[in-house]
Amino acid sequence: MVFEGLADKLQATFKKLRGRGKLSEADVADAMREVRLALLEADVNFKVVKDFVAKVKERSVGLEVMSSLTPAQHVIKIVNEELTALMGGTQSRITISSRPPTVIMLVGLQGAGKTTTAGKLAHMLIKQNKRPLLIAADIYRPAAIKQLQVVGERLGTPVFSLGDKESPVTIAKKGVEHAISLGRDVVIIDTAGRLHINDELMDELANIKQQAKPHEILLVVDAMTGQDAVSVAETFNGRLGLDGVILTKLDGDARGGAALSIKAVTGCPIKFVGMGEKAEALEPFHPDRMASRILGMGDVLSLIEKA
Amino acid sequence: MGFFDKLKSGLEKTRKGLTENIDRLVGGYAKIDEELLDDLEAILLAADIGVKTTAKLIADIKEGIKTKAITTPQEMRPFLSGRITEMLCAGSVEAPVRSPGMPYVIMVVGVNGVGKTTTIGKLGSFFAQHGQKVLFAAADTFRAAAIDQLEIWGKRSGLEVIKQAENSDPAAVAFDACQAAKARHADFLIIDTAGRLHTKSNLMEELKKVERVVAREIPSAPQEILLVLDATTGQNAINQAKLFSQVVRVSGVVLTKLDGTAKGGVVIAIKHELGLPVRWIGVGEGIDDLRPFDPVDFANALFGDK
Ligand SMILES: Nc1nc2c(ncn2[C@@H]2O[C@H](COP(=O)(O)OP(=O)(O)OP(=O)(O)O)[C@@H](O)[C@H]2O)c(=O)[nH]1
Ligand SMILES: Nc1nc2c(ncn2[C@@H]2O[C@H](COP(=O)(O)OP(=O)(O)OP(=O)(O)O)[C@@H](O)[C@H]2O)c(=O)[nH]1
Ligand SMILES: [Mg+2]
Ligand SMILES: [Mg+2]
Repeated sequence: MVFEGLADKLQATFKKLRGRGKLSEADVADAMREVRLALLEADVNFKVVKDFVAKVKERSVGLEVMSSLTPAQHVIKIVNEELTALMGGTQSRITISSRPPTVIMLVGLQGAGKTTTAGKLAHMLIKQNKRPLLIAADIYRPAAIKQLQVVGERLGTPVFSLGDKESPVTIAKKGVEHAISLGRDVVIIDTAGRLHINDELMDELANIKQQAKPHEILLVVDAMTGQDAVSVAETFNGRLGLDGVILTKLDGDARGGAALSIKAVTGCPIKFVGMGEKAEALEPFHPDRMASRILGMGDVLSLIEKA
Repeated sequence: MGFFDKLKSGLEKTRKGLTENIDRLVGGYAKIDEELLDDLEAILLAADIGVKTTAKLIADIKEGIKTKAITTPQEMRPFLSGRITEMLCAGSVEAPVRSPGMPYVIMVVGVNGVGKTTTIGKLGSFFAQHGQKVLFAAADTFRAAAIDQLEIWGKRSGLEVIKQAENSDPAAVAFDACQAAKARHADFLIIDTAGRLHTKSNLMEELKKVERVVAREIPSAPQEILLVLDATTGQNAINQAKLFSQVVRVSGVVLTKLDGTAKGGVVIAIKHELGLPVRWIGVGEGIDDLRPFDPVDFANALFGDK
């Protein structure tokens, strides 16, 4: 992989560096180029990369080179600290309303993993002794309702559906009412995948929000997303006001630069990550792990942390 | 709307991003300098073309400047569009030919949620509209309601779906489907497979087994194995293409969801680095939202006016 070499490349970059003293602007210029490339290879949005590298550069120039760390390790340390800080602390929690039911709404592009994640959240909540209800508000995708019903059946969780003839807004509203009548304390609304540029369907989400009054609107994002993650997240956030992000399909080898991009442009916390197709495969988000994943160098980092 | 117009409208956003930026760029610079090249690089990167291929394109531009193929900023865009077309066309592989009397088998593979089943629905409709007899095989026996989803697509074009119970062996479904395709004299058999991440070796083995069974039942089948890639995907698509190709004989790519704002530029890298041609593009969720891929049209649509 292109990127595993970042540590080596930085090492090589600083080879010319003799003596101790402070790192000059010229000293770090080449190193910043390597950092930039590494982040771009990880699918971090190029604008985010630009700002990020500027920040790292600012901290690196004039740095006293200590004996315990090589200049390369120093820069990596700074990159890692900045990455972790940018991605925020751990906030892997769903706000539970004091007046049940807590309403959670999942939104996102087509195929991101919303329906699967709805099942995973229900599973997690059941383990916390909650009694969730799933709402099938995707009336467009062939067999979307059936898919959610199968998911619900496996978990022993009821699924509210009005078929595919009622509007998703009505379904969501009646679903919440139904949850109240059944005494279910959490409601998870599965919405259809849609493009952020589809105004009509984005309006539909805004209407669902108005009617169902969700406590949490979570954007489900595929970890393999490239440069477009930024415009997607910005638009969904602008229209709906997101409370958090769930990053799916992290069980593969995607670097997941989208995580950084989305956090940087929306400020929304990443709450959970999807690590597989099964209901149990939902984990809390760890910014530090994500940082070393984006950098592709877990080992190097643990060495530096010890130094 | 003709084919090119539809393609163009599907790629509107793609084109807007790239072309308008370049135009704005070019308008704002009197002469070619480092800053212009840097901004151009940013535009290419934003299209998911990737660091490596972008570096190559920038190097080509520099070479073009040196050899006077480019003398003004205005000449940059046609030059770049030409280079990308060349990259996409280089060593173009013809789609395999059909042998008469035998079903032409297309296996559709890819990671989770990219649009495999939808693409199959569209492909089936496309072939059926051209008077071909098409069968579907529901070899995704894993995902919740995957079989129902394919059946709905089949119904839309009046196509039969060969299936077994949920969680049955995908290779067994493929075997049944091959038998059915031969017995019913189908022209096309299109096999849906479960989404799987390319890093999961057990699931990749399963795919190999499906390919093997098909090859055993029908000579020189599967004639095509299409890898479906989501245009929203970034550089990971290269890993996907690499690893799927290592396991099964991928013959081409379907690039879906080009109706969004994602540029799908990674296919240029995939063609450039792996030689895998794009065969079809998906430009929506409707049954007719599939187009044959034309490299020249793609590059033209990417860079605006023809
Ligand atoms: N490997 C892996 N696959 C996942 C994960 N989350 C979801 N998937 C798979 O991704 C595919 C799409 O998931 P869905 O839940 O149907 O996605 P969706 O967002 O509801 O899709 P639409 O409703 O069509 O927009 C399925 O094959 C899921 O099994 C994950 O964390 N890891
Ligand atoms: N906008 C848009 N959406 C598409 C396109 N192709 C597929 N989709 C949508 O993407 C989502 C996933 O499509 P599927 O066909 O179920 O994907 P898949 O690869 O079969 O998914 P798994 O079987 O779960 O791996 C659905 O909501 C489709 O409607 C396209 O070209 N444009
Ligand atoms: Mg869904
Ligand atoms: Mg499918």
